[in-house]
Amino acid sequence: MPDSLTELTIHEAHDLLRSRQLSSVELNRAYLERISRVDPEVKAFVTVTDELALEQAEEADRLLAQNGASPLTGIPVLVKDVICTRGVRTTCSSKILENLIPPYDATVVEKLNKCNAVLIGKANMDEFAMGSSTENSALFPTHNPWDLSRVPGGSSGGSAAGVAARETVYALGSDTGGSIRQPAGFCSVVGFKPTYGRVSRYGLVAFASSLDQIGPLTQDVTDCALVMNAIAGYDRRDSTSVPQPVPDYTQYLNGDLRGLRLGIPKEYFVEGMQAEVATAIKAAINQLEELGAEVDWEVSLPHTPYALAVYYIIAPSEASANLARYDGVKYGFSYQAPSMWESMEKTRQYGFGAEVKRRIMLGTYALSAGYYDAYYLKAQKVRTLIRREFDRAFEKYDALVTPTSPTVPFKIGEKVDDPLQMYLSDVCTLPVNIAGLPGISIPAGFADGLPIGMQIIGRHFGEETILKIAHAYEQSTDWHKRRPPL
Amino acid sequence: MKLSREEVLHIARLARLGLTEEDVDKFREQLSNILENFEILQQVDITDVPPTAQSVMLQNVMRDDTVAPSLPPEDILANAPRREGDCFRVRAVLE
Repeated sequence: MPDSLTELTIHEAHDLLRSRQLSSVELNRAYLERISRVDPEVKAFVTVTDELALEQAEEADRLLAQNGASPLTGIPVLVKDVICTRGVRTTCSSKILENLIPPYDATVVEKLNKCNAVLIGKANMDEFAMGSSTENSALFPTHNPWDLSRVPGGSSGGSAAGVAARETVYALGSDTGGSIRQPAGFCSVVGFKPTYGRVSRYGLVAFASSLDQIGPLTQDVTDCALVMNAIAGYDRRDSTSVPQPVPDYTQYLNGDLRGLRLGIPKEYFVEGMQAEVATAIKAAINQLEELGAEVDWEVSLPHTPYALAVYYIIAPSEASANLARYDGVKYGFSYQAPSMWESMEKTRQYGFGAEVKRRIMLGTYALSAGYYDAYYLKAQKVRTLIRREFDRAFEKYDALVTPTSPTVPFKIGEKVDDPLQMYLSDVCTLPVNIAGLPGISIPAGFADGLPIGMQIIGRHFGEETILKIAHAYEQSTDWHKRRPPL
Repeated sequence: MKLSREEVLHIARLARLGLTEEDVDKFREQLSNILENFEILQQVDITDVPPTAQSVMLQNVMRDDTVAPSLPPEDILANAPRREGDCFRVRAVLE
């Protein structure tokens, strides 16, 4: 038995639960105790589902006693508050949904329930997943466990901080332009964005429908594979999910990188990148080479510099359409004015925060008469060029390796008044969403005690290859074993 | 080129988004800056390039139209800001 129950990975906890050395109730009590101790500082949780967690833990213990356990049975999970949980408040960290109790579970939550996972709470985020620091939460900002004066990244900042602070064993997030990978990098945990269509989005509150994807945040790559085994797969309720069989991802974690070809796209070592980040990632790539991979340092993806503009046209355009549903009629905050239009306009004025309004305005402009061709259609065409460029690269390489973010976590408040500076934080991750590819961020070092993440990008539905590479690297380092000073 | 006050108000109206005077000034500035950054796309040659709407190229996804239970009305109406019987109550659309 380890010194502390809140140091366990999924696979370690599972071994103890299955051999009955530990009960799920004991495990979850330990986490609830830790949450009450560290969350007043970290503020990763919007809701702690303590009663539900202990009920589910008791049920899991009954199942474990009958040897009916899956690898996730009885183990606590923190779910980003953009994913619907039946009977449990789902706020999107927005005033407009502050009191929403969803009448149904998202498919991923259903799947976790089927595994008898234990929901320990809902995670803070940038409002409607729009942001890179979790400062856009209308409820409160989340703090980086490695340095409480800094941001945890975003938008899945609560999920990443919660895992890093050991307030949960793992978490689910969503990623539209880097919202799983960037906070994972900032908090030194593993964050995985699967291929577009790999995981059902039924019950995920929509932000940008052609880009959104759900994925896990975990302490190591083995855990990531275990969660993917549970949540991936076709769902008839999400017509963008793809009917492809789901392999057992854990069987690819065998450490053998011989014969794998890795490309290093030079455009990702952008101007303005922090020197320590570039140095750490180059060292990590050298390590991959030592582990047997062939590395080509001279890859060029020349359309990369256009990705930011493409993303900030397409994502707000789709968001402006998706967020049209918040009209104060069916659910959520509702301002009661004498007329219908005024009620609607005031509901949205008081219900949405500054960044959400900014993106609704931007998207509405890009889609409006006279500007559609110049902005939205143009962005969709450049999107094709970015996608083709990746396709060509994957004819030659099995994976591409880049930094996850150009800097280490920045100070709370540092970029909050400068949207363009904030958007640059996702410059390495958002091309991956534009092309719909799978990408993972894994811990790859520290600069002055602040985490650095490495991103590995794979082919469409090539999840197993990047998990294999990530696992081999992880096993040759101890970055993932370091703990924040909490 | 900076967006005019009227343009900002026009977009806000299309989006049914109420703005304060302060918001209007702030958005004139910020949206203009962001749009200026989008000018970079004018450098890209997109002759004969088709648009990409999503990345996995699924088309016309069909399924059988089978009868299945849907959510009970009470569950759906539980979050309604205003209701009347089994209906959402709204302000008059026609005045």
